[in-house]
Amino acid sequence: MKTVKVYGPGCKRCETTEAMVKDAAAKLGVAVEVEKITDAKSIAMAGVISTPGISVDGKLVHAGGLPDAAKLEGWLRA
Amino acid sequence: MTVETHDPALHRGAPDWLWYVGTPAVGVVLYLLYGQLIPISEWVTALFPVARDSHTGEAIAFFVYDVPKVLLLLTGIVFVTGVLRSWFSPEKTRAILAGKREIWGYPLAALLGVLTPFCSCSSVPLFIGFVSAGIPLSVTFSFLIAGPMVGPVGLGLLYGLVGWQIATIYLVFGFTIATVAGFVLGRMGLERYLQDWVRELNAGPVGDLPEERLTLVDRLKIGAEQVREIVGKVWIWVLIGIGIGAAIHGYVPEEMMLRIMGGEAWWSVPAAVVVGVPMYTNAAGVIPIVEALLGKGAALGTTLAFMMSVIALSLPEMIILKQVLTLRLIAIFIAVVSAGILATGFLFNAIL
Repeated sequence: MKTVKVYGPGCKRCETTEAMVKDAAAKLGVAVEVEKITDAKSIAMAGVISTPGISVDGKLVHAGGLPDAAKLEGWLRA
Repeated sequence: MTVETHDPALHRGAPDWLWYVGTPAVGVVLYLLYGQLIPISEWVTALFPVARDSHTGEAIAFFVYDVPKVLLLLTGIVFVTGVLRSWFSPEKTRAILAGKREIWGYPLAALLGVLTPFCSCSSVPLFIGFVSAGIPLSVTFSFLIAGPMVGPVGLGLLYGLVGWQIATIYLVFGFTIATVAGFVLGRMGLERYLQDWVRELNAGPVGDLPEERLTLVDRLKIGAEQVREIVGKVWIWVLIGIGIGAAIHGYVPEEMMLRIMGGEAWWSVPAAVVVGVPMYTNAAGVIPIVEALLGKGAALGTTLAFMMSVIALSLPEMIILKQVLTLRLIAIFIAVVSAGILATGFLFNAIL
Protein backbone atom coordinates (compact mmCIF):
# COMPACT_ATOMS: atom_id res chain seq x y z
CA MET A 1 0.00 0.00 0.00
CA LYS A 2 1.44 3.29 -1.06
CA THR A 3 0.46 6.60 0.45
CA VAL A 4 0.22 9.35 -2.15
CA LYS A 5 -0.33 12.93 -1.13
CA VAL A 6 -1.54 15.54 -3.57
CA TYR A 7 -0.74 19.08 -2.45
CA GLY A 8 -2.88 21.93 -3.75
CA PRO A 9 -5.35 24.53 -2.51
CA GLY A 10 -8.17 23.03 -4.54
CA CYS A 11 -7.78 24.48 -7.98
CA LYS A 12 -8.89 22.60 -11.06
CA ARG A 13 -5.42 21.30 -11.85
CA CYS A 14 -5.10 19.83 -8.38
CA GLU A 15 -8.31 17.89 -8.86
CA THR A 16 -7.14 16.69 -12.26
CA THR A 17 -3.86 15.58 -10.67
CA GLU A 18 -5.69 13.60 -8.04
CA ALA A 19 -7.79 11.89 -10.72
CA MET A 20 -4.65 11.10 -12.72
CA VAL A 21 -3.02 9.48 -9.71
CA LYS A 22 -6.06 7.31 -9.09
CA ASP A 23 -6.34 6.36 -12.76
CA ALA A 24 -2.68 5.44 -13.00
CA ALA A 25 -2.84 3.36 -9.83
CA ALA A 26 -5.92 1.52 -11.04
CA LYS A 27 -4.27 0.85 -14.39
CA LEU A 28 -1.13 -0.54 -12.76
CA GLY A 29 -3.08 -2.44 -10.14
CA VAL A 30 -1.13 -0.73 -7.35
CA ALA A 31 -2.99 -0.23 -4.08
CA VAL A 32 -2.79 3.44 -3.12
CA GLU A 33 -4.27 5.69 -0.54
CA VAL A 34 -4.61 9.18 -1.98
CA GLU A 35 -4.74 12.06 0.42
CA LYS A 36 -5.43 15.62 -0.63
CA ILE A 37 -3.63 18.33 1.29
CA THR A 38 -5.40 21.65 0.80
CA ASP A 39 -4.26 23.61 3.82
CA ALA A 40 -1.73 26.30 2.87
CA LYS A 41 0.35 25.74 5.99
CA SER A 42 0.73 22.01 5.42
CA ILE A 43 1.55 22.59 1.76
CA ALA A 44 4.36 24.96 2.70
CA MET A 45 5.63 22.65 5.43
CA ALA A 46 6.01 19.91 2.85
CA GLY A 47 8.32 22.16 0.85
CA VAL A 48 5.88 22.66 -2.00
CA ILE A 49 5.79 26.18 -3.45
CA SER A 50 4.26 25.49 -6.81
CA THR A 51 1.11 23.44 -6.83
CA PRO A 52 -0.02 20.80 -7.45
CA GLY A 53 2.70 18.77 -5.77
CA ILE A 54 2.81 15.00 -5.32
CA SER A 55 4.57 12.91 -2.74
CA VAL A 56 4.76 9.12 -2.67
CA ASP A 57 5.38 7.46 0.69
CA GLY A 58 6.60 10.72 2.16
CA LYS A 59 8.99 11.57 -0.68
CA LEU A 60 8.21 14.59 -2.83
CA VAL A 61 8.32 13.60 -6.48
CA HIS A 62 6.65 16.44 -8.32
CA ALA A 63 5.77 20.12 -7.95
CA GLY A 64 4.04 22.54 -10.32
CA GLY A 65 1.63 21.69 -13.08
CA LEU A 66 0.09 18.44 -14.17
CA PRO A 67 2.40 15.43 -13.89
CA ASP A 68 3.50 13.52 -16.95
CA ALA A 69 1.45 10.33 -17.18
CA ALA A 70 4.44 8.10 -17.93
CA LYS A 71 6.45 9.55 -15.02
CA LEU A 72 3.48 9.21 -12.71
CA GLU A 73 3.35 5.50 -13.46
CA GLY A 74 7.07 5.29 -12.78
CA TRP A 75 6.65 6.82 -9.30
CA LEU A 76 3.81 4.52 -8.44
CA ARG A 77 5.67 1.47 -9.67
CA ALA A 78 8.92 2.22 -7.86
CA MET B 1 5.32 3.24 -26.63
CA THR B 2 1.93 4.80 -26.72
CA VAL B 3 0.44 5.89 -23.46
CA GLU B 4 -3.28 6.49 -23.59
CA THR B 5 -4.63 8.99 -21.13
CA HIS B 6 -7.76 11.07 -20.92
CA ASP B 7 -5.69 14.24 -20.98
CA PRO B 8 -4.99 15.42 -24.53
CA ALA B 9 -1.97 17.43 -23.39
CA LEU B 10 -0.18 14.27 -22.43
CA HIS B 11 -1.26 12.38 -25.45
CA ARG B 12 1.75 10.84 -27.05
CA GLY B 13 -0.02 10.43 -30.39
CA ALA B 14 1.73 13.22 -32.31
CA PRO B 15 5.30 12.30 -33.22
CA ASP B 16 8.06 14.84 -32.65
CA TRP B 17 8.49 15.74 -36.31
CA LEU B 18 4.85 16.81 -36.44
CA TRP B 19 5.53 19.32 -33.67
CA TYR B 20 8.57 20.69 -35.49
CA VAL B 21 6.62 21.09 -38.73
CA GLY B 22 3.22 21.83 -37.27
CA THR B 23 4.16 24.62 -34.87
CA PRO B 24 5.60 26.99 -37.51
CA ALA B 25 2.85 25.97 -39.96
CA VAL B 26 0.08 26.87 -37.52
CA GLY B 27 1.96 30.08 -36.74
CA VAL B 28 2.07 31.10 -40.41
CA VAL B 29 -1.61 30.29 -40.96
CA LEU B 30 -2.67 32.33 -37.93
CA TYR B 31 -0.40 35.19 -39.00
CA LEU B 32 -1.92 35.29 -42.49
CA LEU B 33 -5.39 35.17 -40.98
CA TYR B 34 -4.46 38.03 -38.66
CA GLY B 35 -3.49 40.12 -41.68
CA GLN B 36 -6.91 39.60 -43.29
CA LEU B 37 -9.01 40.59 -40.30
CA ILE B 38 -10.11 43.98 -41.65
CA PRO B 39 -11.66 42.69 -44.89
CA ILE B 40 -13.16 39.70 -43.09
CA SER B 41 -14.71 41.80 -40.32
CA GLU B 42 -16.04 44.40 -42.78
CA TRP B 43 -17.63 41.62 -44.78
CA VAL B 44 -19.28 40.17 -41.66
CA THR B 45 -20.43 43.62 -40.51
CA ALA B 46 -22.05 44.23 -43.89
CA LEU B 47 -24.26 41.18 -43.31
CA PHE B 48 -26.10 43.04 -40.54
CA PRO B 49 -29.06 45.13 -41.68
CA VAL B 50 -27.77 48.38 -40.18
CA ALA B 51 -25.95 51.34 -41.71
CA ARG B 52 -22.18 50.94 -41.32
CA ASP B 53 -21.76 54.51 -40.00
CA SER B 54 -24.63 54.33 -37.50
CA HIS B 55 -23.93 53.86 -33.78
CA THR B 56 -24.95 50.22 -33.97
CA GLY B 57 -22.92 49.65 -37.13
CA GLU B 58 -19.80 51.06 -35.46
CA ALA B 59 -20.32 48.90 -32.39
CA ILE B 60 -20.82 45.75 -34.47
CA ALA B 61 -17.73 46.50 -36.56
CA PHE B 62 -15.63 46.98 -33.42
CA PHE B 63 -16.87 43.73 -31.92
CA VAL B 64 -16.51 41.63 -35.07
CA TYR B 65 -13.01 42.92 -35.68
CA ASP B 66 -11.75 42.73 -32.10
CA VAL B 67 -12.97 39.27 -31.13
CA PRO B 68 -10.86 37.29 -33.63
CA LYS B 69 -8.00 39.76 -33.26
CA VAL B 70 -7.80 39.45 -29.48
CA LEU B 71 -8.24 35.69 -29.56
CA LEU B 72 -5.48 35.28 -32.16
CA LEU B 73 -3.11 37.56 -30.27
CA LEU B 74 -3.95 35.84 -27.01
CA THR B 75 -3.24 32.41 -28.49
CA GLY B 76 0.11 33.53 -29.85
CA ILE B 77 1.19 35.31 -26.66
CA VAL B 78 0.12 32.51 -24.34
CA PHE B 79 1.90 29.91 -26.47
CA VAL B 80 5.19 31.82 -26.68
CA THR B 81 5.04 32.72 -22.99
CA GLY B 82 4.27 29.14 -22.03
CA VAL B 83 7.30 27.89 -23.96
CA LEU B 84 9.62 30.59 -22.55
CA ARG B 85 8.40 30.07 -18.99
CA SER B 86 9.18 26.37 -19.17
CA TRP B 87 12.76 27.42 -18.40
CA PHE B 88 11.65 29.04 -15.13
CA SER B 89 9.95 27.72 -12.01
CA PRO B 90 9.02 29.16 -8.60
CA GLU B 91 11.64 26.88 -7.04
CA LYS B 92 14.44 28.30 -9.20
CA THR B 93 13.20 31.84 -8.66
CA ARG B 94 13.21 31.32 -4.94
CA ALA B 95 16.76 30.00 -5.04
CA ILE B 96 17.89 33.02 -7.09
CA LEU B 97 16.19 35.59 -4.85
CA ALA B 98 17.21 34.01 -1.58
CA GLY B 99 20.88 34.63 -2.29
CA LYS B 100 20.60 38.28 -3.40
CA ARG B 101 21.23 41.48 -1.51
CA GLU B 102 17.99 43.31 -0.89
CA ILE B 103 18.70 46.28 -3.12
CA TRP B 104 19.11 44.11 -6.21
CA GLY B 105 16.25 41.99 -5.01
CA TYR B 106 13.53 44.45 -6.04
CA PRO B 107 14.18 44.81 -9.76
CA LEU B 108 15.19 41.17 -9.98
CA ALA B 109 12.02 40.06 -8.19
CA ALA B 110 9.94 42.23 -10.50
CA LEU B 111 11.65 40.70 -13.54
CA LEU B 112 11.22 37.17 -12.24
CA GLY B 113 7.61 37.98 -11.38
CA VAL B 114 7.02 38.40 -15.09
CA LEU B 115 8.95 35.29 -16.12
CA THR B 116 7.96 32.78 -13.46
CA PRO B 117 4.91 30.66 -14.16
CA PHE B 118 2.46 30.56 -11.29
CA CYS B 119 -1.29 30.68 -10.98
CA SER B 120 -2.97 32.91 -8.45
CA CYS B 121 -4.39 29.81 -6.77
CA SER B 122 -0.91 28.89 -5.57
CA SER B 123 0.08 32.38 -4.42
CA VAL B 124 -0.27 31.42 -0.76
CA PRO B 125 2.15 28.45 -0.76
CA LEU B 126 4.45 30.53 -2.94
CA PHE B 127 4.29 33.47 -0.56
CA ILE B 128 5.07 31.28 2.44
CA GLY B 129 7.80 29.49 0.54
CA PHE B 130 9.49 32.79 -0.31
CA VAL B 131 9.20 34.40 3.10
CA SER B 132 10.33 31.29 4.96
CA ALA B 133 13.39 31.01 2.71
CA GLY B 134 14.53 34.36 4.08
CA ILE B 135 13.47 36.45 1.12
CA PRO B 136 12.37 39.82 2.53
CA LEU B 137 8.65 40.45 2.58
CA SER B 138 9.16 43.55 0.48
CA VAL B 139 10.99 41.67 -2.27
CA THR B 140 8.22 39.08 -2.25
CA PHE B 141 5.75 41.91 -2.77
CA SER B 142 7.70 43.20 -5.76
CA PHE B 143 7.41 39.73 -7.23
CA LEU B 144 3.68 39.49 -6.55
CA ILE B 145 2.93 42.96 -7.96
CA ALA B 146 4.96 42.54 -11.15
CA GLY B 147 3.45 39.16 -12.04
CA PRO B 148 -0.02 40.38 -12.99
CA MET B 149 0.87 44.03 -13.59
CA VAL B 150 3.38 43.57 -16.41
CA GLY B 151 2.21 40.19 -17.58
CA PRO B 152 2.96 39.31 -21.21
CA VAL B 153 -0.75 39.00 -22.08
CA GLY B 154 -1.47 42.60 -21.10
CA LEU B 155 1.63 43.92 -22.83
CA GLY B 156 1.11 41.92 -26.00
CA LEU B 157 -2.52 42.94 -26.35
CA LEU B 158 -1.68 46.56 -25.64
CA TYR B 159 0.92 46.36 -28.37
CA GLY B 160 -1.50 44.80 -30.84
CA LEU B 161 -4.57 46.87 -30.03
CA VAL B 162 -3.25 50.27 -29.00
CA GLY B 163 0.30 50.52 -30.32
CA TRP B 164 3.90 50.06 -29.27
CA GLN B 165 4.34 53.52 -27.76
CA ILE B 166 1.73 53.00 -25.07
CA ALA B 167 2.78 49.39 -24.54
CA THR B 168 6.32 50.61 -23.83
CA ILE B 169 5.14 53.31 -21.43
CA TYR B 170 3.05 50.74 -19.65
CA LEU B 171 5.96 48.31 -19.40
CA VAL B 172 8.34 50.92 -17.98
CA PHE B 173 5.90 52.31 -15.44
CA GLY B 174 4.41 48.98 -14.40
CA PHE B 175 7.90 47.66 -13.76
CA THR B 176 8.87 50.81 -11.87
CA ILE B 177 5.80 50.65 -9.65
CA ALA B 178 6.49 47.01 -8.76
CA THR B 179 10.11 47.83 -7.91
CA VAL B 180 9.46 51.04 -5.97
CA ALA B 181 6.39 49.72 -4.15
CA GLY B 182 8.43 46.76 -2.91
CA PHE B 183 11.16 49.12 -1.76
CA VAL B 184 8.72 51.43 0.06
CA LEU B 185 6.98 48.49 1.72
CA GLY B 186 10.41 47.24 2.81
CA ARG B 187 11.14 50.53 4.61
CA MET B 188 7.96 50.19 6.65
CA GLY B 189 8.96 47.12 8.67
CA LEU B 190 5.84 45.17 7.91
CA GLU B 191 6.90 41.72 9.06
CA ARG B 192 4.94 42.24 12.27
CA TYR B 193 1.70 42.45 10.30
CA LEU B 194 1.91 38.94 8.94
CA GLN B 195 -0.55 36.46 10.36
CA ASP B 196 0.97 34.99 13.53
CA TRP B 197 1.35 31.47 12.26
CA VAL B 198 3.29 32.62 9.20
CA ARG B 199 5.88 34.42 11.32
CA GLU B 200 6.42 31.35 13.45
CA LEU B 201 6.57 29.05 10.51
CA ASN B 202 9.76 27.48 9.40
CA ALA B 203 8.71 25.80 6.24
CA GLY B 204 10.38 22.56 5.36
CA PRO B 205 13.23 22.59 2.90
CA VAL B 206 12.10 22.63 -0.68
CA GLY B 207 11.67 19.11 -1.86
CA ASP B 208 14.81 17.97 -3.57
CA LEU B 209 13.30 17.39 -6.96
CA PRO B 210 15.52 16.18 -9.74
CA GLU B 211 15.94 18.80 -12.46
CA GLU B 212 13.42 18.04 -15.15
CA ARG B 213 15.05 17.54 -18.50
CA LEU B 214 12.67 18.80 -21.10
CA THR B 215 13.10 18.44 -24.82
CA LEU B 216 12.05 21.20 -27.18
CA VAL B 217 8.94 19.21 -28.05
CA ASP B 218 8.08 18.96 -24.34
CA ARG B 219 8.28 22.75 -24.14
CA LEU B 220 6.10 23.17 -27.23
CA LYS B 221 3.58 20.84 -25.62
CA ILE B 222 3.63 22.97 -22.47
CA GLY B 223 2.89 26.02 -24.62
CA ALA B 224 0.01 24.27 -26.36
CA GLU B 225 -1.39 23.08 -23.04
CA GLN B 226 -1.23 26.65 -21.71
CA VAL B 227 -3.20 27.87 -24.72
CA ARG B 228 -5.86 25.25 -24.14
CA GLU B 229 -6.10 26.06 -20.46
CA ILE B 230 -5.85 29.86 -20.49
CA VAL B 231 -7.77 30.66 -23.66
CA GLY B 232 -10.38 28.14 -22.53
CA LYS B 233 -10.73 30.05 -19.27
CA VAL B 234 -10.54 33.72 -20.29
CA TRP B 235 -12.51 33.78 -23.55
CA ILE B 236 -15.67 34.77 -21.71
CA TRP B 237 -13.88 37.77 -20.13
CA VAL B 238 -12.58 38.68 -23.55
CA LEU B 239 -16.09 38.67 -25.03
CA ILE B 240 -17.46 40.75 -22.15
CA GLY B 241 -14.56 43.22 -22.39
CA ILE B 242 -14.94 43.60 -26.14
CA GLY B 243 -18.70 43.97 -25.71
CA ILE B 244 -18.16 46.88 -23.33
CA GLY B 245 -15.49 48.29 -25.63
CA ALA B 246 -17.87 48.05 -28.59
CA ALA B 247 -20.63 49.83 -26.66
CA ILE B 248 -18.23 52.65 -25.75
CA HIS B 249 -16.93 52.84 -29.29
CA GLY B 250 -20.40 52.93 -30.85
CA TYR B 251 -22.55 54.87 -28.43
CA VAL B 252 -20.58 57.06 -26.02
CA PRO B 253 -20.32 60.60 -27.40
CA GLU B 254 -16.79 61.91 -27.59
CA GLU B 255 -17.70 65.13 -25.86
CA MET B 256 -19.01 63.22 -22.84
CA MET B 257 -15.84 61.07 -22.69
CA LEU B 258 -13.69 64.20 -22.67
CA ARG B 259 -15.69 65.60 -19.77
CA ILE B 260 -15.43 62.44 -17.66
CA MET B 261 -12.06 60.99 -18.58
CA GLY B 262 -10.35 63.95 -20.22
CA GLY B 263 -7.12 65.41 -18.91
CA GLU B 264 -8.89 68.52 -17.54
CA ALA B 265 -10.83 66.65 -14.88
CA TRP B 266 -8.20 66.12 -12.15
CA TRP B 267 -10.48 63.84 -10.17
CA SER B 268 -10.72 61.41 -13.05
CA VAL B 269 -7.47 59.66 -12.08
CA PRO B 270 -8.47 58.74 -8.51
CA ALA B 271 -11.96 57.92 -9.78
CA ALA B 272 -10.44 55.52 -12.32
CA VAL B 273 -8.53 53.75 -9.53
CA VAL B 274 -11.59 53.57 -7.27
CA VAL B 275 -13.60 52.04 -10.11
CA GLY B 276 -10.75 49.81 -11.25
CA VAL B 277 -9.68 48.08 -8.03
CA PRO B 278 -12.88 46.15 -7.31
CA MET B 279 -13.32 45.28 -10.97
CA TYR B 280 -12.29 41.74 -11.50
CA THR B 281 -11.23 40.75 -14.92
CA ASN B 282 -7.90 40.00 -16.50
CA ALA B 283 -5.68 41.82 -18.93
CA ALA B 284 -7.34 40.17 -21.92
CA GLY B 285 -10.72 41.54 -20.85
CA VAL B 286 -9.69 45.07 -19.96
CA ILE B 287 -7.51 46.02 -22.92
CA PRO B 288 -10.34 46.14 -25.48
CA ILE B 289 -12.03 48.60 -23.10
CA VAL B 290 -8.81 50.61 -22.92
CA GLU B 291 -8.63 50.62 -26.71
CA ALA B 292 -12.17 52.03 -26.95
CA LEU B 293 -11.56 54.62 -24.21
CA LEU B 294 -8.40 55.95 -25.84
CA GLY B 295 -10.11 55.96 -29.23
CA LYS B 296 -12.80 58.24 -27.81
CA GLY B 297 -10.29 60.71 -26.45
CA ALA B 298 -9.91 59.60 -22.84
CA ALA B 299 -6.70 60.97 -21.31
CA LEU B 300 -3.76 58.57 -21.33
CA GLY B 301 -2.96 58.98 -17.62
CA THR B 302 -6.52 58.29 -16.56
CA THR B 303 -6.76 55.26 -18.81
CA LEU B 304 -3.40 53.87 -17.63
CA ALA B 305 -4.51 54.30 -14.01
CA PHE B 306 -7.73 52.45 -14.74
CA MET B 307 -5.97 49.61 -16.51
CA MET B 308 -3.28 49.19 -13.89
CA SER B 309 -5.70 49.15 -10.99
CA VAL B 310 -7.92 46.58 -12.69
CA ILE B 311 -5.03 44.28 -13.52
CA ALA B 312 -2.66 44.70 -10.59
CA LEU B 313 -5.02 44.93 -7.66
CA SER B 314 -7.71 42.31 -7.64
CA LEU B 315 -10.06 41.64 -4.77
CA PRO B 316 -10.07 37.84 -5.14
CA GLU B 317 -6.29 37.75 -4.88
CA MET B 318 -6.45 39.89 -1.73
CA ILE B 319 -8.94 37.45 -0.25
CA ILE B 320 -6.57 34.57 -0.98
CA LEU B 321 -3.69 36.48 0.61
CA LYS B 322 -5.81 37.17 3.68
CA GLN B 323 -4.72 33.71 4.85
CA VAL B 324 -1.18 34.97 5.36
CA LEU B 325 -1.49 38.76 5.66
CA THR B 326 -3.43 40.73 8.24
CA LEU B 327 -6.08 43.14 6.96
CA ARG B 328 -3.85 46.00 7.99
CA LEU B 329 -1.02 44.73 5.81
CA ILE B 330 -3.37 44.20 2.87
CA ALA B 331 -4.61 47.78 3.29
CA ILE B 332 -1.04 49.13 3.33
CA PHE B 333 -0.20 47.04 0.29
CA ILE B 334 -3.19 48.36 -1.66
CA ALA B 335 -2.46 51.93 -0.56
CA VAL B 336 1.18 51.83 -1.69
CA VAL B 337 0.41 50.27 -5.06
CA SER B 338 -2.51 52.66 -5.60
CA ALA B 339 -0.22 55.60 -4.82
CA GLY B 340 2.16 54.44 -7.54
CA ILE B 341 -0.72 54.08 -9.99
CA LEU B 342 -2.10 57.53 -9.10
CA ALA B 343 1.33 59.08 -9.59
CA THR B 344 1.62 57.46 -13.02
CA GLY B 345 -1.85 58.68 -13.97
CA PHE B 346 -1.26 62.28 -12.88
CA LEU B 347 2.16 62.36 -14.51
CA PHE B 348 0.82 61.38 -17.92
CA ASN B 349 -2.16 63.66 -17.73
CA ALA B 350 0.21 66.51 -16.89
CA ILE B 351 2.79 65.99 -19.62
CA LEU B 352 0.49 65.08 -22.50
